[in-house]
Amino acid sequence: MVLLKMKFPFQKRVRLAQGLWLLSWVAMFSGAITFAMGVFLKTELHRRSEVMHSMDIHIVPNLLMAVGLASVGINICAGKVCQDSLDPSRFPRWKTFLPPFFCFSVFLTSLLLVAMILSFALQPSLEESLKIGLKNGISFYKDTDTPGRCFQKETIDRLQIEFQCCGNTNYRDWFEVQWISNRYLDFTSKEVKDRVRSNVDGRYLLDGVPFSCCNPASPRPCIQYSLRDNSVHYNYEYQTEELNLYSRGCRQALVSYYMGLMNTIGPCVLFDFLLQMAILVSLRYLQTAMEGVIGQENVEIETEGYILEKGVKETLLETKEKVKRLLQLAQVGDASSTTPGTQPEEEKPATA
Amino acid sequence: MAVLKVTFTKTNRDKLAQVLWVLNWVSVVTGVTLFSLGLFLKVEIVKRRELMSKEIVSVPNMLICVGLTACAINFLGGKICYDCVDTTKFLRWKLLMLPYIICTFFFTFCILVGALMCYSMRNDLEESLFLGLRDAMRYYKDTDMPGRCYIKRTMDMLQMQFQCCGNGGYRDWFHIQWISNRYLDMTDSEVVERLRSNVEGKYLIDGVPFSCCGLHSLRPCIQHQITNNSAHYNYDYRKEELNLNRRGCRQALLEHYTQIMQSIGLIVLIIWLFEVSVLTGVRYLQTAMENVLRLGDPDSESDGWLLENSIADTARYNFNIIKNLGKCYQVDDDPNIDVPSSSLQAQENVPVKQIPVAR
Repeated sequence: MVLLKMKFPFQKRVRLAQGLWLLSWVAMFSGAITFAMGVFLKTELHRRSEVMHSMDIHIVPNLLMAVGLASVGINICAGKVCQDSLDPSRFPRWKTFLPPFFCFSVFLTSLLLVAMILSFALQPSLEESLKIGLKNGISFYKDTDTPGRCFQKETIDRLQIEFQCCGNTNYRDWFEVQWISNRYLDFTSKEVKDRVRSNVDGRYLLDGVPFSCCNPASPRPCIQYSLRDNSVHYNYEYQTEELNLYSRGCRQALVSYYMGLMNTIGPCVLFDFLLQMAILVSLRYLQTAMEGVIGQENVEIETEGYILEKGVKETLLETKEKVKRLLQLAQVGDASSTTPGTQPEEEKPATA
Repeated sequence: MAVLKVTFTKTNRDKLAQVLWVLNWVSVVTGVTLFSLGLFLKVEIVKRRELMSKEIVSVPNMLICVGLTACAINFLGGKICYDCVDTTKFLRWKLLMLPYIICTFFFTFCILVGALMCYSMRNDLEESLFLGLRDAMRYYKDTDMPGRCYIKRTMDMLQMQFQCCGNGGYRDWFHIQWISNRYLDMTDSEVVERLRSNVEGKYLIDGVPFSCCGLHSLRPCIQHQITNNSAHYNYDYRKEELNLNRRGCRQALLEHYTQIMQSIGLIVLIIWLFEVSVLTGVRYLQTAMENVLRLGDPDSESDGWLLENSIADTARYNFNIIKNLGKCYQVDDDPNIDVPSSSLQAQENVPVKQIPVAR
């Protein structure tokens, strides 16, 4: 029982081949765009890799790049097949090549859908990775003299200014970390000694934030220190003050940014996927229609095209048998090469 | 004797016409480039309009106009060159070609002026930026006044983006009150003392806004009491280099705009050279086609030149034409007109003959 049979007169075949050839050029262009979008996403993720703890999310741009490149190759092949299908003498050379080509192409194209699903599924992983990365960045903010950590201060400052955010979840994260190095603290001063003694780990904690948390849109000059103490600043109430510092946390800012990027890329990838599947289906119809023409004298007869010769279950069983036979042949081949003595025994009964 | 005479065979003329047709279309593209460069420069200047005392409109407007004119002129030139392959079609354009070439010559001169203006804009810009930044810093604290409420934000974003501080340097902030009176406690003795310490009653401090803080500094930013070493541990303001941005914003913006304009100026100069070469080709084509028509045989060889006579002769000829334009009604040279003699002696010598009366 044939799957999705369609009749193809000669003119329809020719038009199918020509239309498919044009479409393969469009799909090649679309594949190149998918590749470019993968490259762009990867560079954006790489730029902020210092505040990311794990690289799990990189699988999305990697998939996009691989499939984009592969689809360029697939569409070049499809174009060539279309060109040859208009000439029945040149079409037969594609006969053995096309079935594995279809399996391979369908697999690669479905990877696009996988990439799209992963971009949503990996959001929690991205958030967790940013949480740990930012936590480390804020902890190492003061270590500008430790090799390997000396750029954390500049990285975090630039990040907070560029994304207009402060701290991990919000600005209070800075109250729990010592972000002023001991090199710049006068340990003979009473205030410093009080603060250091006030907590178990002996850290200098204060209710202040770095300058990069300051919001330029605030109408008053920035208040960075003694944020919780209303009496230190004139006409200031920290409970109602909203514009002084950035209210958003950097983790949320970065997650929104990357999700926004992926939501923009999503429709383009979906379009590429649909286009590619349409091309593969049409190419399959063209191949099966042309197979009816091979060997015939009159090339202008009407033929049938289908997706699968037998039903889905039967085709799967057949392919399983074929693969098993291939494996067996390989095994027998191995067996016969290791035990050459058995062969003359087989021949003897035949001659006798 | 002609200037730079070249002999053209029929195939040479045809090839020249085809090449010029392609080059004219390329020139349309370069005209679009000129237009977009002018537009880009205009957008860059308008973006920072608040920091300039007077907006520089001459250079971008010039580039926009020249770009649009280039498109139009080269479009027409392309049409003319396309028709020049056929001598019959050339007759249509014959009378228009010389005015077209003269117009194009002046137009390429305008492109050159545009390129040179790009390089000379610097001084005007520096003056404009100096005054604009001075005013912006003065109005930094006026976030409650309509019309000036965004200057604080603009100034902060500028200092952070260009990593600069103040007009010429960070000390400019010491001479200005940048903290509004709304946030000053007038009952505090320190505030009152500072206000009394200067003639105009301004609250001046040796501090800068947060946007002056340097990103490369190793220690948390010191924005207040900058010149007071004892206020901060392990700090010497004379040796401290990375704490604040060292560059003045005037310098930073000037460098930014000079870079843009130098690139634009270079591109416009290259376009000018290209236009001059196209103009030379069109002139050769025009003179060659006119000579072919004069000789009568469309397939024969003809000469093309830049000027028919030497430069001095052509200049003299044109000068005479311009001089004589004003003398339309002078009749000195025409021998047929009877000019009454103005000499009195001649009148006396002529005997007065009486006409005899018939009886």
